[in-house]
Amino acid sequence: MTIEIIIQAIISGLLMGFIYALIAAGLSLIFGLMGIVNFAHGEHLMLSMFSSFWLWTLLGLDPIISIPITMLILAISGILTHYLLIRYILKAKMIVQICATFGLSVFLRSLAQFLWTPDFRNVGNPLLEGRLEIAGIFIGQPQFYASLVCLLSFLLLYLFVNKSETGLALQATAQDRKAAETLGINSNKMFALGWALGLSCVSIAGTMMSNFFFIFPDVGVHFALFAFVAVALGGFGSIIGCLIAGIIIGLVESLGGLLIDPSYKLLYVFLIYLIVVIYRPQGLFGR
Amino acid sequence: MNNNLQKAKLEPVWHTNKFIFALIFFLVTLFFFFPFINPSNFQLHLMIMIFMYAVMAQSWNVIAGFSGQISLGHVIFFGIGGYTSSFFYVEYGITPWIGIFIGILFSSLVAIAIGIPMLRLTGHYFAIATLLIGFSFQIIFQRWDLIGAASGLWIPLNWDNPWLTLQFHESKIPYYYIFLIFFLLSYFSIWIIYRSKIGFKLRAIRDDPQAASSLGIPVAKYKIIAFVISAIIMSPMGSLFAQYILVIEPERMFDIEISIIVLLIAVMGGVGNVWGPLIGTIILIPLSEYTRIFFGGTGGSVDLIIYGILIMLICIFRPSGLISFFPKKILERKKFL
Amino acid sequence: MTVVLEVENLSKSFGGIKANNNISFRASSGEIIGIIGPNGAGKSTLFDLITGYTKPDSGGVKFNGKSILNLRPDLISSLGIGRTFQKLKPFLDQTLLENVIIGALATGINLNQARDKALEMIDFVDLIDKRHYFAKELSTGQRKRLELARAMATEPKLLMMDEVTGGVDQKTVPGLVELIKKLNKLGVTILTIEHNMRVIMDISHKILALDQGKKIIFDKPKNVQLNEKVIDAYLGVVNATTS
Ligand SMILES: Nc1ncnc2c1ncn2[C@@H]1O[C@H](COP(=O)(O)OP(=O)(O)OP(=O)(O)O)[C@@H](O)[C@H]1O
Ligand SMILES: [Mg+2]
Repeated sequence: MTIEIIIQAIISGLLMGFIYALIAAGLSLIFGLMGIVNFAHGEHLMLSMFSSFWLWTLLGLDPIISIPITMLILAISGILTHYLLIRYILKAKMIVQICATFGLSVFLRSLAQFLWTPDFRNVGNPLLEGRLEIAGIFIGQPQFYASLVCLLSFLLLYLFVNKSETGLALQATAQDRKAAETLGINSNKMFALGWALGLSCVSIAGTMMSNFFFIFPDVGVHFALFAFVAVALGGFGSIIGCLIAGIIIGLVESLGGLLIDPSYKLLYVFLIYLIVVIYRPQGLFGR
Repeated sequence: MNNNLQKAKLEPVWHTNKFIFALIFFLVTLFFFFPFINPSNFQLHLMIMIFMYAVMAQSWNVIAGFSGQISLGHVIFFGIGGYTSSFFYVEYGITPWIGIFIGILFSSLVAIAIGIPMLRLTGHYFAIATLLIGFSFQIIFQRWDLIGAASGLWIPLNWDNPWLTLQFHESKIPYYYIFLIFFLLSYFSIWIIYRSKIGFKLRAIRDDPQAASSLGIPVAKYKIIAFVISAIIMSPMGSLFAQYILVIEPERMFDIEISIIVLLIAVMGGVGNVWGPLIGTIILIPLSEYTRIFFGGTGGSVDLIIYGILIMLICIFRPSGLISFFPKKILERKKFL
Repeated sequence: MTVVLEVENLSKSFGGIKANNNISFRASSGEIIGIIGPNGAGKSTLFDLITGYTKPDSGGVKFNGKSILNLRPDLISSLGIGRTFQKLKPFLDQTLLENVIIGALATGINLNQARDKALEMIDFVDLIDKRHYFAKELSTGQRKRLELARAMATEPKLLMMDEVTGGVDQKTVPGLVELIKKLNKLGVTILTIEHNMRVIMDISHKILALDQGKKIIFDKPKNVQLNEKVIDAYLGVVNATTS
């Protein structure tokens, strides 16, 4: 095994890590805001990949161009999710909350199977294709740009949440719903905004990934699992924790696959989750 | 001396509603006579699936309803049960009847091994951990050569000794009776446990672990007990299902969908009540079997679309499950059986 | 009189806050010990340390001569220490009777015996008519009685009560006081945290006064009443707020 192979693995791990981080950030944002884990997160990712696929197939829009449209589609479905489902279960027992988003995930996944069959599809001839070569290291162009876009979006999200007035209102709602309401913040709107934002993050990641991933109804499952792991590692609700956790997961996946056995990639990531939550239940960066 | 107190002491701890008892007796009798009315193979299959899922949803209910934890990986006990009995039959010719009990033993050991580190987890952390463990089992079994890896185990067919080898090729009726008996046994045991001292202690832990420990209840021990009880009734379903289909593979025996369906059934019927899972099963399983027939192979997912919608509706409108539709008078614990 | 509980140099910090700083005292069999101190003085923390819900940084706790330091709460309970919680912890989804039955089961009796015992305790706290009410349907005062009955059903030798008269309808206070006295007459040693000075002076044989995690005084009520530090730290505040 040469040093190049290891560097190669580290780089591809990092690249995937940024994508995982953005997906996890969406999940974390929603959790931090209203204490609800979106178990349909993977299906929302799947929806965004299918949106980008159909925009390409039917209208000939390349994924990189259709990002704003898929964002809009997912943002709207986020708002609908809030108003049609989440709004009613905010005060329910946790078991009901888990079941509600779980039910949504079952619904979306089977609907996708029904409408689009379980077949694997892909976006042929996208604008981003081929590989970059830097000092003997090969990087797939779609992967490279996907992770670049995800990283940028992540930073934008971070700035938005921490610097903009709306972002601060979001944080205030997250900290204390009642107090925020006395300040004139409409928490219901904030929650809807949280869903829109959270799913927009997912849509960016999904659209960029549709360049180099097969698209099928179950595609979101593993990404959602990684997102759960990332959010737990980073400490539930911490957005910056997601970035570091995403990178850790990407590296563990690619290096574990390279150094031990690639067929157990998922297991390494799961193992990290179990070890971390059992020995440090607040996550790596949680208080 | 004190009238009210004396009167109260005459009330039994658990009231027994004669009408419901009679109803149950009647239904059980019906179940036993059902095969005599010449049901079609499909009807028998439907009943078998109802018995099986009713038990599996009950197993899930034990964890959620007794210790308040949400398991998203419950299929592992099903898979372990199925693989254990099949493996011992394929490899050593040990009858599945014994295999079922070896499966129960293994499932219980796994429940303890998983349960102990998981004691520290609650809420979402627990749910996600079980989800990941469910997937991990599938991944491991897919690659475990001893038990056939991804291609699974093929149970050698046998025509000579159907009751010993627990395979029936002519008719589904023996399967029907076997599943029925396991169903009755499981529900009866859970019903007994529910009313026992253990049941009280487990419910205390579910409602408030700290208060429970202030009353001398060792929380960790009882959480593990709940986990083991759950595994014990789940595992035989895997073994019996393996005998029913005779070819098992990781995708089927560790299918995440099974974990999901048992959860949906239990929540739909009502968590924390012995009868909730049964009600959920009676509604959801026929629904899924009939939609499967109606839409054929291509519409294999229609049942899940409907499940998904139903469960969301339940969460919004009836968070305590369909059982809450029953009149309050019957539901009030002192009158409900 | 035999010493039942012996607390020695118990200390606990949360981050920078010394919630309990070197606290020592003894409770003898049959005593009622009142614990007072302003908000945040460390009273509830002391309870949590004794009953095993929080691990102390240093110090020791002996019950009937044996160390119970670092034992699990359920083991401490089964040795004979019962407690209630300031932030009430009834089993909300269960009836009053079921709540108390669970307590009674701690003594190892069967269900029917536990039901009888539970009913007696419920009668003792005067809630027999409400036995089939779910805990979530009871008022705060009733829930406090529930916790009391539930803790008593475990037949503790030492009962620790965290603000049983706090936050309840003032009319019910005399009833609760009578209850505590009745319990004590049955031979139960009692530690009770109280903000109501009249109650504490009335029922306690001894008073432990805490302030900012430290013991100020541990003495007979009349001596405590006269103690300057107590007046500064606590009674002054009470007088100021009530006048
Ligand atoms: N788990 C904890 N983590 C951090 N700080 C704590 C914790 N528990 C208690 N404290 C702090 O320790 C101090 C003592 O708290 P404690 O609850 O013992 O006071 P108390 O005397 O019971 O007050 P009150 O009359 O309000 O009940 C307080 O400053 C409190 O904030
Ligand atoms: Mg206190």
